[in-house]
Amino acid sequence: MSAAILLWAITFAQIALAIAMALALTRMIKGPRAQDRVLGLDTLYVNSMLLLLVFGMRTGNTLYFEASLIIGILGFVATVALAKFLMRGEVIE
Amino acid sequence: MNHFDDLPLWAACLIAAFLFIGSGLTLIGSFGLHRLRSFYDRIHAPTLGTSWGTAAIVLASITCFSMLQSRPVFHEILIGIFVTLTTPVTLMLLGRAALYRDRVENNPGVPALDPPEGILDQSSQTDKSESAQQDDGKPE
Repeated sequence: MSAAILLWAITFAQIALAIAMALALTRMIKGPRAQDRVLGLDTLYVNSMLLLLVFGMRTGNTLYFEASLIIGILGFVATVALAKFLMRGEVIE
Repeated sequence: MNHFDDLPLWAACLIAAFLFIGSGLTLIGSFGLHRLRSFYDRIHAPTLGTSWGTAAIVLASITCFSMLQSRPVFHEILIGIFVTLTTPVTLMLLGRAALYRDRVENNPGVPALDPPEGILDQSSQTDKSESAQQDDGKPE
């Protein structure tokens, strides 16, 4: 019983997060200006991090937690570097 | 999925509720990012996913692994703390960059950088000197 409830909930969460990633990807592709694309990339990173957490719950393996932590750190660094580039024209001055 | 059979029913219902809340809020936030009109509207939408979307999924993961391993497992809280700390920083930087670009291109609907005459005081003069320094380093 509990396994069925959890499987349905995890499947729903995976589908919802995949649709969210697709929406962020469309914003990143068609975004009218550069800051819209950077915002779409940031949302895509966060959604993929959450999707990996849900995937780790499905398999019962704690290794996915570390992968999602690395994705979160890389997303933060990438978005800060891109925002700095949009502001100043170069990343490291 | 054998490892879910050991869970009690209340834990499964709790995890399922957290998963529904978290993934639904993240989906609503990304839909807002897709749907809203201007950039300054759009920058608010993904914070739905980074605040309660992340918190609910992290809580579901903590509950799941604590029940599966029969001991308190709290390392997922690192992701929650990290996302909570870094999201305001990235969005502030991105919003300031977008505001700067809009001001340089003189787009309508953006508050002007120079304050009107007569209300100049010490702080706004330092703001103007800072913005002048920023103009020097800008190639566009």
